[in-house]
Amino acid sequence: MRTELTGDTPILSTHALTGGYGDFQALFGIDFHILPGEVVSLIGANGAGKSTFLKSVFGLLPVAREMVRYQGAPVGGTPAHRMVSQGVAMVPEGRRLFLGMTVEENMRVAIDNARLAEGQGEWTRDRLFDLFPILREKRRQPVEDLSGGQQQMVAISRALLCQPKVLLCDEISLGLAPKVIREIYAVVPEISAAGTAIVLVEQDVTLAREASNRLYCMLEGRITLTGASNDISRDDIAAAYFGASHAVV
Amino acid sequence: MQWFDAIIQGVLLGGMYAQYALGMALMFGVMRIVNIAHGDVMILLSLIAVSLAGVLPVGNVGLIVVIVPIAVAVGWVLQKFILNRVVGADPLPSLIATFGLSIALQNLMLEVWSADTRSLPNSGVASASFQIGPFYVGLLPVIVLICAFVLTGGLDAVLRWTRFGRGLRAAAADTEAAAMTGVDPKRIIGGMGSIWGAFLGAMVLGVAQAVGLRIDPGLGILFGHLVFLLVLATRPEGIMARKK
Ligand SMILES: Nc1ncnc2c1ncn2[C@@H]1O[C@H](COP(=O)(O)OP(=O)(O)OP(=O)(O)O)[C@@H](O)[C@H]1O
Ligand SMILES: [Mg+2]
Repeated sequence: MRTELTGDTPILSTHALTGGYGDFQALFGIDFHILPGEVVSLIGANGAGKSTFLKSVFGLLPVAREMVRYQGAPVGGTPAHRMVSQGVAMVPEGRRLFLGMTVEENMRVAIDNARLAEGQGEWTRDRLFDLFPILREKRRQPVEDLSGGQQQMVAISRALLCQPKVLLCDEISLGLAPKVIREIYAVVPEISAAGTAIVLVEQDVTLAREASNRLYCMLEGRITLTGASNDISRDDIAAAYFGASHAVV
Repeated sequence: MQWFDAIIQGVLLGGMYAQYALGMALMFGVMRIVNIAHGDVMILLSLIAVSLAGVLPVGNVGLIVVIVPIAVAVGWVLQKFILNRVVGADPLPSLIATFGLSIALQNLMLEVWSADTRSLPNSGVASASFQIGPFYVGLLPVIVLICAFVLTGGLDAVLRWTRFGRGLRAAAADTEAAAMTGVDPKRIIGGMGSIWGAFLGAMVLGVAQAVGLRIDPGLGILFGHLVFLLVLATRPEGIMARKK
């Protein structure tokens, strides 16, 4: 599952990133980085600020320019659609598919706006249909007719068809049966083998640890723990996840 | 037999409404703008066409070539200086702004053209009709209906088969998710109503009015309103909306 890392310059990093919604501050100085092809998990309880962090990085919430760097250049506050054309893509929390459009049409929107044309990039519809064969079968059906797991596969396919160098995934296991979760997580190594760095936001700590090279734990808008996923002890994670005062194991 | 004729006349009348509705569906659907002034702008352009007909010896078909660029220009000015300032998640500002614009336009037109009925010089098309079996069908309404079909079909094809159309529908379904998929939200805003729904609605309205007229000349408009209320009461999500 763990890939060899290529180079040691982060492809994406944040520097004392702060952010929130209007007057409400949700993030308090996040330092984060990910290397090309690396898989990094971001874990934390409900309301810790994980989604807010992804949205801030991806240009969906206002941040200062210097707070986010992509391929070495400051990009904070760049609108999401331009982050996509530079090579960052997101699988949003709750999937957010285009209802009323078919599976293939959902994919086509990504292809239309991707960093590279289909065929020039790593990902093609055919390759994704090989990864998720059920989607080939349902390609002409409106996405709302699909099951939750199948919809998640469409959301992942849509993001990959943007041909990203960095893929941000927000709780792709949420609400899915264990068997389906395994099926979806099985593609993570293939994505990172293609050279794409993956940020996995997860609430399931075991899943997050198994799937990643490194891990960050977030609590109330701050990073409380970080390290190699197989080095960190469960006790440390529990303390960082719930806060030292509730560190009951 | 006379009811069948009423239905034919109604469908033809619906062709005119459909062209009107198409503009509304696109504006409300794509930009979430409730454009109260849509009809007034149509009348304004018609009046301009009538006035131009008096000075330009280009014929009624030639007038189309002149009036369409003017319509584009009027639309652009309207969009740039009024609609873009009120567009947003809340439809109320656009409603108020276009309501004001509607009143201003109506008074301006009254001032310039007075309240008399006007029409383009008759070129024969308007009064021409042909016979299908026992029914007489006006040529102009048929042309209008065909135009409505072609326009609705053309718009449908654009939405379905072009990059722009797909981006529009994606933004309609979820603007933020569309941005996350690379669609520039500045170029496309809001949601997309069903354009065939608008077409069908126009037909239903036309038929209801024509049938009402047959029953009693005073009932035409009333039937139109009744159908409107009936649809509102039974299918408020839209005639062609998919059941969730
Ligand atoms: N749209 C919003 N407007 C205002 N506050 C928000 C909004 N979205 C989230 N918040 C607040 O920001 C904080 C962080 O929320 P966020 O959604 O980032 O948490 P999360 O870690 O993703 O949680 P979850 O695991 O439940 O998805 C919370 O206090 C939340 O209430
Ligand atoms: Mg979240």
